[in-house]
Amino acid sequence: MTEFFQNLGMTYEWAWFVATIAGILLIAFPLMLAVAYVILIDRKVWAAINLRRGPNVVGPFGLLQSFADGLKVFLQETIIPSAANKGIFIIAPIVTFTVALAAWAVVPFADGVVLADINVGLLYILAISSLSVYGVVMAGWASNSKYPFFSAMRAAAQMISYEVSIGFILVCVVLWAGSFNLTAIVEAQRGHGLGIVNGFYFNLLLFPMWVVFFISSLAETQRVPFDLTEAESELVAGYQTEYSSMAFALFWLGEYANILLMCALNTLLFFGGWLPPVDWAPLYWVPGIIWFLLKTLFFFFMFSWVMATVPRYRYDQLMRLGWKVFLPMSLIFVFLISGYLMATGHFGTPA
Amino acid sequence: MIQAIAFYLFAFLVIASGVLTIMSRNPVHSVLWLILAFFNAAGLMVLLGAEFIAMLLVVVYVGAVAVLFLFVVMMLDVDLAELRAGFIKNFPLGIAIALVLLAELVLGIGALSAGHLELGTATGENAPNLEVSNITNIGALLYSKYVFVFEAAGLILLVAMIGAIVLTHRDLKTTRGHQNITRQVRRNPKEATQMKQPTIGEGVEL
Repeated sequence: MTEFFQNLGMTYEWAWFVATIAGILLIAFPLMLAVAYVILIDRKVWAAINLRRGPNVVGPFGLLQSFADGLKVFLQETIIPSAANKGIFIIAPIVTFTVALAAWAVVPFADGVVLADINVGLLYILAISSLSVYGVVMAGWASNSKYPFFSAMRAAAQMISYEVSIGFILVCVVLWAGSFNLTAIVEAQRGHGLGIVNGFYFNLLLFPMWVVFFISSLAETQRVPFDLTEAESELVAGYQTEYSSMAFALFWLGEYANILLMCALNTLLFFGGWLPPVDWAPLYWVPGIIWFLLKTLFFFFMFSWVMATVPRYRYDQLMRLGWKVFLPMSLIFVFLISGYLMATGHFGTPA
Repeated sequence: MIQAIAFYLFAFLVIASGVLTIMSRNPVHSVLWLILAFFNAAGLMVLLGAEFIAMLLVVVYVGAVAVLFLFVVMMLDVDLAELRAGFIKNFPLGIAIALVLLAELVLGIGALSAGHLELGTATGENAPNLEVSNITNIGALLYSKYVFVFEAAGLILLVAMIGAIVLTHRDLKTTRGHQNITRQVRRNPKEATQMKQPTIGEGVEL
């Protein structure tokens, strides 16, 4: 895109600057639109599973429901509790929202369609997702109210716990792909399974890691069955209890942007990103971005499917699953996978 | 030019948030400023081309260490008056540390203005390979030349972890509500429920 702006008669530096800004907007606006529609998809999927109709009043098939909700939230009064810590109370939703958007900078939507193709892409995503806990913790503390505070404590413990096993799963993928760059990781999956299937999931050693990753990504985004931070039967609405109007909407948008990011990561790391499911020439006629979006939407469907069918975990079960099941399991698989790769000479013969 | 702007932005923010870390009255605010300082230090690392170290700084310090700080500071009910009393008591020690730091700064800057330290450049197989990313470089060095130091660091951390577990571990029988997860998972409706058809006027014997 830099060249396009250079052709308009700008110097290289200005062209780069304008191209980056344009790239950010090109990701952020469609992402917000996507969030509005995945919220609708979410509600429609739960409705279908619960044998209800779901939102069907605003617009044809309820297509405009999310915009009606957005307008309603926008017109509400912003309430800041008098005992709240005002600065942090206002910053918290902004942090959540910004961090949720920032992670998308390194996500490749198709071959070469990525804002920042850095070679520590995966570490960047890990770093950014470890920041997302701050929005929740700050909101819970600044509200100066008991339920949000409990929720913040739960969120902090939960997200740290599951990040550990996510880290080890990423190590497994990186070992096999030989790079931290997301584009290179996707390319490494071309014809990975028997020379036909594009994706790391078609691999006896990596498939269990994908299952663990999927469950951990549910926990990381605080979705059912791990939504203990907003368990309405215990904590009212968790850390969002004291929030209203746009501040609440920012939490909501950030949460769904994070969920979409986790779906995209499932796609990129294990299901071949923008590559078609099978390495067969006619499938490459479909543009890569379509495959990427289809796979991401499929994972989003799985997220809502889980939400509609599974009851909430108890907190001690959540911690047990993270530390006593997933952590040892992912450690063993790091060991197994690196051992397998060494034995089969994946890294070349040692000098 | 954009590098200079970015450098001064990050450097200013690191120093400002560092100052605010020690000036804030509220300990939670202090921790949040500290996090901002870490984050901007990571920005400086990126400018230096050490993106791997920058990401590790964010993942480890911001993502894990500072969260635990925040966790503890939020739970503690810090009494500011008590802290001030401690301030008077620790004042001489603080002054001593400040003097040492000042002396080091003066010495360092003085030495720098007298001329660079001639370290020479690494050649041969020690020379950094600029063609591959710095993750590859760090990995190649850590797992070949410095492998024993690296493993020793790992062992020290392992010992520290075991020590922490030993110190906090309590015998399971004395704690309340120990649960057998396998038994809970195996439980099914047949053994958990009983069908009773009591006659009118009589209760149910359980």
